[in-house]
Amino acid sequence: MAWQIVSSVGVVIAGVFVCALYYWLSDKVLQVIFPVPVDNVRKASVNLNRRAVVRPWLFLGPALVLLAVYLVYPVVATFILSFYDRSGTNFVGLANYRWAIQDAQFRQSIFNNILWLAVVPAACTFFGLVIAVLTDRIWWGNIAKSLIFMPMAISFVGASVIWKFIYEYRGGSETQIGLLNAVVQFFGGDPQVWIALPFWNNFFLMAILVWIQTGFAMVILSAALRGIPEETIEAAVIDGANGWQIFWKIMVPQIWGTIAVVWTTITILVLKVFDIVLTMTNGQWNTMVLANLMFDWMFRGGGDSGRSAVIALVLMAAVTPIMIWNIRQANKETGGH
Amino acid sequence: MNATASLRRIGLPRLFLHLSVLLICLLWLIPTAGILVTSFREAGQITASGWWTALTGAAETSAARLADPSTAKQEGSNYVISGSVFEEGKSGTVRAFGTRVAAPTEYDAGEAADIGDGETLVINADGTYIYTKNAPFGDGRGKRVYLSIAQPPTFTLDNYRTVLTSQGIGQSFVNSLTVAVPATIIPILIAAFAAYALSWMEFPGRALIIALVVGLIVVPLQMALIPLLSMYNEIGNLFGLPSRSYAGIWLAHSAFGMPLAIYLLRNYIAGLPREIIESARVDGASDFEIFVKIILPLSFPALASFSIFQFLWTWNDLLVAMVFLGTGKDQLVLTGALNALLGSMGGKWEILTASAFITIIVPIIVFFALQRYLVRGLLAGSVKGG
Repeated sequence: MAWQIVSSVGVVIAGVFVCALYYWLSDKVLQVIFPVPVDNVRKASVNLNRRAVVRPWLFLGPALVLLAVYLVYPVVATFILSFYDRSGTNFVGLANYRWAIQDAQFRQSIFNNILWLAVVPAACTFFGLVIAVLTDRIWWGNIAKSLIFMPMAISFVGASVIWKFIYEYRGGSETQIGLLNAVVQFFGGDPQVWIALPFWNNFFLMAILVWIQTGFAMVILSAALRGIPEETIEAAVIDGANGWQIFWKIMVPQIWGTIAVVWTTITILVLKVFDIVLTMTNGQWNTMVLANLMFDWMFRGGGDSGRSAVIALVLMAAVTPIMIWNIRQANKETGGH
Repeated sequence: MNATASLRRIGLPRLFLHLSVLLICLLWLIPTAGILVTSFREAGQITASGWWTALTGAAETSAARLADPSTAKQEGSNYVISGSVFEEGKSGTVRAFGTRVAAPTEYDAGEAADIGDGETLVINADGTYIYTKNAPFGDGRGKRVYLSIAQPPTFTLDNYRTVLTSQGIGQSFVNSLTVAVPATIIPILIAAFAAYALSWMEFPGRALIIALVVGLIVVPLQMALIPLLSMYNEIGNLFGLPSRSYAGIWLAHSAFGMPLAIYLLRNYIAGLPREIIESARVDGASDFEIFVKIILPLSFPALASFSIFQFLWTWNDLLVAMVFLGTGKDQLVLTGALNALLGSMGGKWEILTASAFITIIVPIIVFFALQRYLVRGLLAGSVKGG
């Protein structure tokens, strides 16, 4: 173990050193290949131009290689693999897509994903907005925000253990040690195995993600609310608007853009939700979602790359509109640059 | 100032506001508090009572035998046996008692329990009892009673000792650090150079690369897994190396974090004042020098924001570690180990809660120490979000 610590510290130092060395050395090599002689102005200016042409690519090089190998190539390869059989060697046309449409578990996953998409982004944004408005008006608001924001630092697996303990069910006459069942019992209800209740168990899993992500929505929306010009609110107060009207008719319309950003960010996260389902139910009791189904097919019975590629592509297709929208926004911003 | 006056000063709506925020905070804290408290309790107490009763102590069921009928004394028409349910020299607090094993809490302590056959039994909280019958007691041994005895709350560090040594959590902790630290530092340097090129150098295709980077931010990780896994296997076969290694996962994490890193850093670096960079150029500084001496120090807030993101993301990741590092016992990172324990130790909450707390403590410390930078980073590029 001690050896492992030493070696990983060594790697960090060596890695940083190699990276720095690459940028420093490539800059030096560039200066040697394209010298700038003092006595030959024409040659000097030509070589300075050549340096300026090459240098950006030296700076960008490592990043572009990583992006190409780890993101661009896999997207293309996954697309191609979706037309091949389980081992990725024989072309099977649309067979994997046909399988997906008819597979009950795939349909269940699509249904559950849509359920997650309908509930989680809306719930996080709503709670985030409400909490942002409430905490902005009290002196200890920042402490409150910190506490609500904290779950964001907790891993999905850790959060799953935390919530599994809340949903814990003990049979027979044993004392209920899960908070939810204890509360239900206190009010005279019957304890339930919450994560095994078909359909409703999805909502118990979603609660975990809402608990984690509300803080994110709150932080972003709170900053947006503070950016609203005071005059607009003062004008509304003078015109006799009440608090409710000010919130819905003055504040919310001015932060629509931010609400959209929060909503889409959480939407992307929800599409990729994997850890929570894996640790809570592993897809049992009709809780399967696409990311888990894809992981399942990657290894099930030695793995089926074709089928799991199709499932990955469904996720890709779902994020594509958001991707295009993001690129457009970025182009607008850098357009004048 | 009396209560009503101060209430009037605060105002009922404001009081309501404070209370509702307090309620929300409690609601958000209770889940984490649950595992924190539980991780310090003894296994027996965890299953005997809910963690919210931990501070008041748990109740333990035990049995005791009353004195033999031969010790009964006659008082008027009644026969009475008295004594204490606790053995000599011991003491405790009885909460409730019963005469059947299925109902050890049938009667509260101090309550006169009519247990049939004209018999009455009172067991007080201090353990003394009076057992009365309106006729002589028969022969045989003393009556068996079942007691619910209050246990003072006890807290222990044993759970942590167990998981750190015998459950492999200690090893996983080191593994997690080995994955997360290089996977945080390597991409920062690479992304910072790329971000500088994309903000302050003129070259054809710049806008296209920026668009590509923005597009790649949202690509689901799932798209990358199958081709990369087979690529790793092929490289491993070709060079006789293990296909699952730390180097492999460092590069994977670096690449997956790269689009967001470039995007965040570019937004920041492009916003630095033009005069500083141009005057350095006029003074004859090369781009490399400008980057190291001017850009890096000035971009510290952005670098800090991204490194917090990347650290939280790599530390908390399960999927990438499972695919690229494997699920062998000595390769498991903390999240993987916790997931494995959920399968093998389900219901053993003393193990699970202590392990979970060790898993979440590092990111929580990072979170509270560097929250300022985290918030700034979120506001700068709320695109990926974990």
